[in-house]
Amino acid sequence: MALDSKIPSGPIEKKWYDHKFNLKLVNPANRRKHKIIIVGTGLAGGAAAATLGEMGYEVSAFAYQDSARRAHSIAAQGGINAAKNYRNDGDSIYRLFYDTVKGGDYRAREANVYRLAELSVDIIDQCVAQGVPFAREYGGYLDNRSFGGAQVSRTFYARGQTGQQLLLGAYSALSRQVGLGTVKMYERHEILDVVVIDGRARGIIARNMVTGELERHAADAVVLATGGYGNVYYLSTNAKGCNTTAIWRAHKRGAYFGNPCFVQIHPTCIPVSGEHQSKLTLMSESLRNDGRVWVPMKKGDTRKPNDIPEAERDYYLERRYPSFGNLVPRDVASRAAKQVCDEGRGVGASKMAVYLDFADAIKRQGKAKIEEKYGNLFDMYYEITDENPYEVPMRIYPAVHYTMGGLWVDYNLQTTIPGLFAAGEANFSDHGANRLGASALMQGLADGYFILPYTLGGYLGGTQFPKVSTDAPEFAEAEKNVKSVIDRLLAVKGTKSVDYFHKKLGKIMWDKVGMGRNEAGLKEAITEIRELRDDFWKNVRVLGKSEELNQSLEKAGRVADFLELAELMAVDALHRRESCGGHFREESQTEDNEAKRDDENFSYAAAWEFQGVGAEPQLHKEELTFEYCKPSQRSYK
Amino acid sequence: MNFTVKIWRQKNAQTPGKFVDYSVNNISEDTSFLEMLDIMNEDLIAKNEEPVAFDHDCREGICGMCSLHISGRPHGPRQKVTACQLFMRSFEDGETITVEPWRAQPFPVIKDCIVDRSAFDRIMQSGGFISASTGSAPDGNAIPIPKRDADLAMDAAACIGCGACVAACKNASAMLFVAAKVSHLAHLPQGKVERKERVLNMVAQMDKEGFGSCTNTYACEAECPKGISVAHIAFLNREYLKASLS
Repeated sequence: MALDSKIPSGPIEKKWYDHKFNLKLVNPANRRKHKIIIVGTGLAGGAAAATLGEMGYEVSAFAYQDSARRAHSIAAQGGINAAKNYRNDGDSIYRLFYDTVKGGDYRAREANVYRLAELSVDIIDQCVAQGVPFAREYGGYLDNRSFGGAQVSRTFYARGQTGQQLLLGAYSALSRQVGLGTVKMYERHEILDVVVIDGRARGIIARNMVTGELERHAADAVVLATGGYGNVYYLSTNAKGCNTTAIWRAHKRGAYFGNPCFVQIHPTCIPVSGEHQSKLTLMSESLRNDGRVWVPMKKGDTRKPNDIPEAERDYYLERRYPSFGNLVPRDVASRAAKQVCDEGRGVGASKMAVYLDFADAIKRQGKAKIEEKYGNLFDMYYEITDENPYEVPMRIYPAVHYTMGGLWVDYNLQTTIPGLFAAGEANFSDHGANRLGASALMQGLADGYFILPYTLGGYLGGTQFPKVSTDAPEFAEAEKNVKSVIDRLLAVKGTKSVDYFHKKLGKIMWDKVGMGRNEAGLKEAITEIRELRDDFWKNVRVLGKSEELNQSLEKAGRVADFLELAELMAVDALHRRESCGGHFREESQTEDNEAKRDDENFSYAAAWEFQGVGAEPQLHKEELTFEYCKPSQRSYK
Repeated sequence: MNFTVKIWRQKNAQTPGKFVDYSVNNISEDTSFLEMLDIMNEDLIAKNEEPVAFDHDCREGICGMCSLHISGRPHGPRQKVTACQLFMRSFEDGETITVEPWRAQPFPVIKDCIVDRSAFDRIMQSGGFISASTGSAPDGNAIPIPKRDADLAMDAAACIGCGACVAACKNASAMLFVAAKVSHLAHLPQGKVERKERVLNMVAQMDKEGFGSCTNTYACEAECPKGISVAHIAFLNREYLKASLS
């Protein structure tokens, strides 16, 4: 099937405006006749469910957590970008658009990014109206801070808990609709398959995680807003439950997977402390507003940080990138940290860390000001490491944080399966090969509040829907498929736990499909992933039954899917013989070790079609054209 | 470090539960409490015993999913942290650690240490929102909000909905949870329009769910991982009284 991105024609600032007019509408009285399933209740899913409910559609929303309020959007700390230009510092929709395309290393679709920048301003208005307590100045107006990859202050924030406050805003709007009866909420439910009838997504198979019962749900459209797949690395900043299952099983049903190898490794996380480690904790990028990143000049320096004199410190980001300094984009900062550690100049017990130092900022602004800005982050750091960052520099190291890849979607956020939409981190669309800080919240909410309500209406209004019943053979087949996977997992009765396999997979991925990738390593990774997958299906031990709450079984299903996705990520990384954004192919770098793109051969989004487990997936290319942002070697010097 | 973990095991809501002792050995002090439970569970799986079920997700103290009563205190011995942010360095080597689910009638046990907190969602559905449908908002700077009010609202909005306040209270009162939301929204100009209905409806739903009354022991504030102040309860009472009289 040829890819059709459905980008509207016309000048970029009019595309969305015209498209909204051209989309079919569903009249208010008819909306309640359409049922929409939304999977995931984070910023994208929660916002979409609430808004579609307000419009009068019949919505069913699903979350694996015990409440919609717990989706992992809640953990975003630093802020949300919007081109309000309240600072009068030269910001505009066009500049946010330009920064985002450049930040993504020219691997995103211009039309989508422009729309995102355009909608950013409406998001702030909507969230303020809901009662999101954004930070304010003494005059009562909204405050801003700076984030990486930008030279303007356009990031709105609520202390270090911006994601929490935005999610609680969406959750409160959703709660209102649940109370009014327009949205039916299914908590502790996991989606295990998508049902396709006559070429259209018409429902899902869900497992009630309390009773273990498999449920069939039919609808006219299905939205997957299930987040990213960073947990394929085992250790990441994602919540433990974050998984790829819903999007992976949709992929196996025919939805193409876009740019799976584009993974963001975030530069400022608390370093790994030992084998027991179950997850990594992010320290917000906003800390780079005031913290200075450094390592000792000489290798193997074992002095305490405060004993190393100024002249023997290498503030390597400020040295290499004088104009952006500590606020270079995430991919650049992460690679630079890896380089200095690889040179033997890393710090801390593991030598796999760099310092993030607030001494100058405290001297200049006072401890009270720093505490007001970052107090909760400093407290969190102290609880985890038992070190006081007001007195000694933080130790930080990059960690897997976000996946730019996801289900391929067109301008309407529709996947290659008609009627199946993907929103937020679950789709591949707006961040190209690297996401800028404070843009994930923006994208999730833009998709949920302002894009899907229009494009879903366009799909529903322009399509004839024969009635489907959950007794249809396609539902029975999908349920049987789900049941057979569960039965297989329980029947292995092997000797190794699910976590054993997950950790092994994580190590392969981090070492060979992580911050630096090369042809030999990627080929090894593919072989090793296949071997591990075979071992998993021969030797995994999942205790208990299916007809009960069974956390081992939940994990096993997710890891089984990660074991398949991992191979696709390595295949994608192997085929893309260029460096761009977070994807760094060691064979493709400039003289000063920066990522070197190859626009002649790789200026496209890779959309992979599933051909069977272990079979070579088929590549489809969406050529990217840049009419407004001329691709250049990205420079933050 | 070595520990004896005395932990609640309960097959499902219908079956009575009991404490079971497990020993957990060779734990480094930098291990988090939940990682210690992970290690315990891995040992159980190796012995062909079913692991202990407990709720957790973000493991960075913000999602509010973890809900463990540890040695007599919600979220354990340290103040202002959730169980997932608790590290084994806070315990003595050789200690027996008691672990159980939240104990409150409106939070029935589902399995082992997992409880059903959907009562909180229903309270939110009864009024924990501002009715601002998508698209209807004026410019974000149209209404200046004094920094003091915005800060007070944020203090209250920091609630993670974990339910430690209920678990800590001898009456299983949900007043701190409800107060935090009422106070957050009533401190903002946008939230003032619906303030009366909001407080009346949320309190009515709270009572309907079977939460107990507040007798001002302040155990909720002491155990709240986000340090939400009981001053919000006083504010809730004022809001409720004003709304009832007018």
